[in-house]
Amino acid sequence: MAIFIETVLSGLMAGVMYALVALGFVLIFKASGIFNFAQGVMCLFAALTFAGIMEKTSVPWPIAFVLTVAVMVGVAWAVERFVLRHLVNQEPIILFMATIGLAYVLEGVGDIIWGSDVKVINIGLPSGAVDVLLDNFDIYLDKLEVFAALIAAVLVGFLAVFFQKTRIGRALRAVADDHQAALSVGISLQTIWVIVWSVAGFVALVAGIMWGAKSGVQFSLSLIALKALPVLILGGFTSIPGAIVGGLIIGVGEKLAEIYVGPMVGGAIENWFAYMLALAFLLFRPQGLFGEKIIERV
Amino acid sequence: MLYREAGQFKSSYAADQAIFPIAQDRWAVWAFLAVAFLVVPFFVNDYWTNAILLPLLIYGMAALGLNILVGYCGQISLGTGGFMAVGAYASYKLMTSFPELNMIVVVLLSGGITAAVGVMFGLPSLRIKGFYLAVATLAAQFFLVWLFNKVGWFYNYSATGQINAPDRFLFGFQLTGASAQPWVKYLFCLTLLTVFALIAKNLVRGRIGRNWMAIRDMDIAAELIGVRPLMTKLSAFAVSSFYIGMAGSLLFAVYLGAVEVGESFGINVSFLVLFMVIIGGLGSIVGSFMGAAFLVLMPILLKNFMVDGLGLMPVTAKHVEILLMGLLIIFFLIVEPHGLARLWQITKEKLRMWPFPY
Amino acid sequence: MNAFVDPAGMSGHSGLARGEVLLRVDNVSLSFGGVKAITNISFDILKGEVRAIIGPNGAGKTSMLNVINGFYHPQEGTITWRGQVRRKMRPYEAASHGIARTFQNVALFKGMTTLDNIMTGRGLKMRKNFFWQCLHWGPALKEENEHRRKVEEIIDFLEIQAIRKTPVGRLPYGLQKRVELARALAMEPELLLLDEPMAGMNLEEKEDMSRFILDVNQQFGTTIALIEHDMGVVMDLSDRVVVLDYGRKIADGPPEEVQSNQNVIDAYLGVPHGN
Repeated sequence: MAIFIETVLSGLMAGVMYALVALGFVLIFKASGIFNFAQGVMCLFAALTFAGIMEKTSVPWPIAFVLTVAVMVGVAWAVERFVLRHLVNQEPIILFMATIGLAYVLEGVGDIIWGSDVKVINIGLPSGAVDVLLDNFDIYLDKLEVFAALIAAVLVGFLAVFFQKTRIGRALRAVADDHQAALSVGISLQTIWVIVWSVAGFVALVAGIMWGAKSGVQFSLSLIALKALPVLILGGFTSIPGAIVGGLIIGVGEKLAEIYVGPMVGGAIENWFAYMLALAFLLFRPQGLFGEKIIERV
Repeated sequence: MLYREAGQFKSSYAADQAIFPIAQDRWAVWAFLAVAFLVVPFFVNDYWTNAILLPLLIYGMAALGLNILVGYCGQISLGTGGFMAVGAYASYKLMTSFPELNMIVVVLLSGGITAAVGVMFGLPSLRIKGFYLAVATLAAQFFLVWLFNKVGWFYNYSATGQINAPDRFLFGFQLTGASAQPWVKYLFCLTLLTVFALIAKNLVRGRIGRNWMAIRDMDIAAELIGVRPLMTKLSAFAVSSFYIGMAGSLLFAVYLGAVEVGESFGINVSFLVLFMVIIGGLGSIVGSFMGAAFLVLMPILLKNFMVDGLGLMPVTAKHVEILLMGLLIIFFLIVEPHGLARLWQITKEKLRMWPFPY
Repeated sequence: MNAFVDPAGMSGHSGLARGEVLLRVDNVSLSFGGVKAITNISFDILKGEVRAIIGPNGAGKTSMLNVINGFYHPQEGTITWRGQVRRKMRPYEAASHGIARTFQNVALFKGMTTLDNIMTGRGLKMRKNFFWQCLHWGPALKEENEHRRKVEEIIDFLEIQAIRKTPVGRLPYGLQKRVELARALAMEPELLLLDEPMAGMNLEEKEDMSRFILDVNQQFGTTIALIEHDMGVVMDLSDRVVVLDYGRKIADGPPEEVQSNQNVIDAYLGVPHGN
């Protein structure tokens, strides 16, 4: 039983991490209708920059953090200036492929500037087992993961308010529906896009630091981040709560499958289980858990 | 002035629907094929075949396959690497289980098996579209690579987990294995590619191709005029996977000779082939080859330039290559979403008018 | 593949005589979640007639067409096609039964040329299998050319020869509508559904389109059901008119009769609802 609970708990915590990455996707999709494939690499890039700044200049981490946020805003600006601006009103699939290109650019730039060796993030985040659980129930739970869960909760709350209650939030939703229509009522696409990509960059930085603190900053980070895709499918592309719930389901499902099914088929099924789960789910509910049902018209 | 169609009149619908309706184009293509088949084989050496010609032909085949699915039928796929792996492992099993089997049959059967797998993963495409489908094909990518890594039967329980192509002969010439002649490999791949490029062209200009494009452009309207969505999408998945499977089979058996699945058929391969299709031109057969040529040649030239010319470290050169690849993709999507094929077409149009453009 | 399609002739594939009931809609209701789009509507379409469906915006006209060609499935009611009650079917099956359709917002295949768009409409009638398609030679080529000839007839009929090889995305709106009609005609339908064929056209284009519709009806004997907002056009073209409002049928009959019907006048002039 303890193993089961431990698996579920560690799955939940991993799920929070996925959800953090997925949040960035949802933000950009909600606000620009773009499926940002580069979100995973943005996590990597942000974490790389953060770790790189600390390594090269040995400034205290809050300063490195602020500097990295500035870099991510710069990335957002560049993305808008050099990519999105030229692709207004293109088909979503073209924009999607452009973000794949963007992923390569960010990866290349990150590697050229900071090198491709594994970096460690050590900024004094809590780590080790949560003593209460370990002593009383013999369950191992890493403090770092609990901390990440708290951070994620705060971020989600903040974003939900931002989207629903502010004027910018409403403009964001308008842009997502129709670029041209939004332009015609006087919304500045350019500002909106810079804002939303900056916020997504910020979320990517937070997610990147959490993942990086857990397992080091290296290229595989962007592959882990790809797992946010099945999370999105479960949750629906436009739903912030969906991203959270989807993340938790994927995290738990994956860990349980690895422990209970994995040994039967040779292990390492973590690599694909999430995708298969999402695929099976799609067949029954194409619009995701929280997505709206689409009525097709002609 | 030489490139003119004035005076060439078409007196039948067949002539009007020919692949190359302009006579000059036809001559150019025949000349190109003649050089490729009759001249090049006498001059190829190991470096040329291994570094340039074989990757070009094989990735050309894969890009052609993916272009049928993405460019013509509008179903985006990120599972190309996985499907190529199916082709490779299918031909490995066929070659080791039936040593007498003709290599042409092996390649075709590998394509067929991949087509069946492709159809299986294409089934969800009836219910899901766009990005959702892209994620679904990622499932194929990761699952297939895992499968070939974990299940010993596929690699005959070899200790390394690698698969190695045994020596096979075609019409008395050694085609696979370490001591195969470069020109045999080259001609084998070239012949297959030429035949299947022609078949692809025939498919896309007939009923089936029109149905694919109808689904791509407006799926609801297509269904209302009698195009069956499931059949059409699945046929695109099947044909596309067939080509990709053949490419995988050739990559393993003829080109590399030994393959480790995660390395040769990882998700990077999926992206590489997708990039070839985008840069070459979505919905264009000749574009697939242009894209393949571009992305095969570019890294070689870049590497020569940066490592030998500028004296950069090979690792840095690799990073710059990744960066440039990304920039190119974005550049093409912004400047010419229809890729090199459209640029080529525009050049020809201009040439037709030259020197009196108005 | 399509046993339903009789390749022999342009008209009268079902063997029904002019004036017999081709399609009958009985007590059809359709709703999306809680929204009722169509409530208990019945009417029929006779072989060879031009039947207009009119009504204010949101009256359920397009939904009605969608029901007829199998795109929406009504929760209640039956549809009788050529004397047989139709089971629930997919749109492509309706197409293979001889129901063709144009759309309110042009739904052409934007990446293809005019010729290819119309050729796609012949798809149901082409039956050379995959193998011959690969070769594009012999029987496949012969078939392709036969259908090309047919398509060229339609192109001549609608006077769009000049734009044969133009990608449809580049055409002006009026021509796109005409290409859409050509594509529907290429199916040689028994029943042709036209959803606002003249929306957004100028007077001259409307006159052209009206002439084409009448020609199609008279030369090919194609039964036509059309939705149109221009009352002048409706009164001139149609044999009978059915009027919908808020998803209900409020009148049905010859144009003159409908024109003088009090319910119709109220619906168009806007007598307050909520009785």
